[in-house]
Amino acid sequence: MSSPIAISSSAGKPGAGGSLRRARRAEARTARAFVTPAVVLLITFFFVPALLGFVLSLTNARLVSPQGPQFVGLDNFTRLFADPLFWKSLRNTVYFGLVVVPLQSGFALVLALLINARIRGINAYRAVYFVPVVTSIVVVSILWTFMYQRDGLVNHMLQAVSFNLVQGTDWLNDPATAMPAIIFMSIWQAVGFHMVIWLAGLQTIPGDLYEAAELDGAGRWQKFRYVTWPGLRATRSFILVTITIAALSLFSQIKIMTNGGPLYSTSTLVFQSVRAGYEQQQTAYASAISLVFFVLVLTVSLVQRFLTRDKD
Amino acid sequence: MATITATRDGVRQAAGQPVRRRPDRGFGTAGGHVVRTVLALFFGLPILFMLVSSLKPDDQIFADLSSPRAFLPVGDISLANYAEVFRTVPAWRFLANSIGISALTVVLGVLINSLAAFALTRMRWRGRGLVLTLIIATLVVPFETFALPLLWWANKLPWLVVQDGRPLWTFGWLDSYQVQIIPFVANAFSIYLYYSYLSTIPKELDEAARIDGANWFRIYRSIILPLAGPATATVAILTFLNAWNQFLWPLMSVQSEDLRPVMVGVQYFFQLDVAWGPMMAYATLITIPVLVLFLSFQRAFIGSIASSGVKG
Repeated sequence: MSSPIAISSSAGKPGAGGSLRRARRAEARTARAFVTPAVVLLITFFFVPALLGFVLSLTNARLVSPQGPQFVGLDNFTRLFADPLFWKSLRNTVYFGLVVVPLQSGFALVLALLINARIRGINAYRAVYFVPVVTSIVVVSILWTFMYQRDGLVNHMLQAVSFNLVQGTDWLNDPATAMPAIIFMSIWQAVGFHMVIWLAGLQTIPGDLYEAAELDGAGRWQKFRYVTWPGLRATRSFILVTITIAALSLFSQIKIMTNGGPLYSTSTLVFQSVRAGYEQQQTAYASAISLVFFVLVLTVSLVQRFLTRDKD
Repeated sequence: MATITATRDGVRQAAGQPVRRRPDRGFGTAGGHVVRTVLALFFGLPILFMLVSSLKPDDQIFADLSSPRAFLPVGDISLANYAEVFRTVPAWRFLANSIGISALTVVLGVLINSLAAFALTRMRWRGRGLVLTLIIATLVVPFETFALPLLWWANKLPWLVVQDGRPLWTFGWLDSYQVQIIPFVANAFSIYLYYSYLSTIPKELDEAARIDGANWFRIYRSIILPLAGPATATVAILTFLNAWNQFLWPLMSVQSEDLRPVMVGVQYFFQLDVAWGPMMAYATLITIPVLVLFLSFQRAFIGSIASSGVKG
C-alpha cells in the first residue's frame, strides 16, 4: 500500500507507567466523546422507537391525545388477527415478496453477466440500466401510473408489437392485474441496483479459474455452474436479504398508484400500518401491525441466513 | 487479505475502472449486442417518454402514443407545462426545502458517522465492542418497522426555540425541518462503510502523528478524513439519494406546505383533474438534479452501490 505520508514503523510509547495510564484514560475519554453524537442519535431515533413499538402495541396510544396511553394487554393483536384486511395485506406482502425476490435477483444476475464483457460502450449500457435506480420510486410511480392508463403508452406499445392482437386492460383498476403491474414496475426500477452488486461479485472471481475450466473443456453453462455460481456465494446471500427486506417494505408504489385498491388487492402491511397510525391516528394498532411486519422480516432473514449459510 | 484485494478490484471494475484481469468475454458477441440494446430501450424509453411528454400539451401526448413520436420532442413543444407547475404548486419552495434538507443531512452525516467510525477503528477504549454490536444490530431492521412509533415519539420530543429574544422549550417535532433531518443523520450503514474503509488505513500513520504531538481530533481531521475520500463519496451519495427521495416520513411528519420536500409535492397533482403534462413536468423537475449528479459522477455513484454490497 502506497501512502503519501511517511510511515513510522516503531510505535512510540510514553515512558513511565503512570503517564501511560493517563494517556490511555484520555484516549478512552476522547473516543467516547467521538462516538457520543452518533450513539445518542441512534438511541433516540432507532432503539427508543423500536422498543416503543413493542410497548405501544400493548396500549391504546393515539398519535394526538390529551390522555397518556393505557395498558390494554393483547387487545390490539386480537383485533388485528380478526381483521380480514390484515390477512389480505399480509397475503399481498408475501405475494409481492415471493414474486419479486427470485425474478429481480435472477434478472439482475442476467444483466450483470451481459455487462461483464470487455467491449466498447459497455459503460453507456450500464449507465442506462442504472438510470431508473437513481430516479425516485415516487417519480417512477407517477410515470408508470400514466403509462398504465387504459389508453396509455403500455397498451399502445403492446398493440404495436403484437400487430393489434393484444388489447391491454386498465392495469391499475383491475384487481387481477394491479399487483402484477406494480411488481413489473418495481423490478424495472430496482433491478439495476442489484445488477451492480452482482457485477462486483462477479469481478471477485479469479480469471485463472475460468482458464482452468476451459482447459478442462468446460462449456459456457459448465463454467457458470461450477465456477461463477459457487464464486458468488457471499454476494448471493447479501442480495437475497436486501431484496427481501426491500420487497416486504413495499409502500410508496402502493400509496401513489392504487392507494391499496382496487378492492384492497394491493394493500400491504406497511401500507395498512401507515393508514392506521397516521391517517386514523391509531398509533397502538399501527405498532401492532409494525410488530407483525418486524417478525416477518426477521423470520425470513433468519431462514435465508440459515439456508445460505457457510456449509464448510 | 487476498479476498479483500479481490473485492476492491470488483468495486473498481463495477465502477468502470480498469482492472488487470481479463473478464469473461462470453457475451461479447453480436447476439449480446442485440440483447443489450433491447434492454437499453426497455430501461431508457420510459424515462425518455417522461422528459419528452413534459414538453407537450396533453392532447398531443395522447395523439403521439401510437407512434415513435411518443419518444421524440416534435410537434407543439414548449415549457408551458413547467409554467403551469410553478403556477399551481410552490415548486421552488419544495426544491429549496429538499436541497437544504439533503445538504444538511449529508454534511452532518459525514461528520458524525466518520467521527464514530474513527473512534471505533483507531482508538482503544472499553465498550468499543458493545457499541459496534449495537450499530451492526440496527443494520437489518428496516425503517418501516418503527416509523409509526417514531412518529408518536417525535411528537413528544423537546426543542429549544428563541421567542422574543428568550429561549423557550417547546414539545413536539412534527411539522418542522429538524424532524426531516436529525433522525437520519446517524446511520449505521454509513458508520459501517467508514469502519470498513478506515480499517484499511495503516495504524502507523496515527502513531507517527501522536509522537509529533498531534491530538486525536487533529489526527482525524488532518490525516484520516482526507485519506477516507472514497468512503466519504460513497456515504455522501447514498445519504443524498436517501434524503432526496424521502417520501413516507415527510408524508406523515410534515403538514405545512412551506416545509414540505419535493416528493410529497406529487400529491398535489392527484387531487384535482389529472393533467398529465404538468405532472410529467414536475416529475422531470424533481428528477433532473439527481440525474445531472448521476451523469456527472457516474463512476462514483455506481462504485458506491457496488461497495455497499461487498460485505461478507
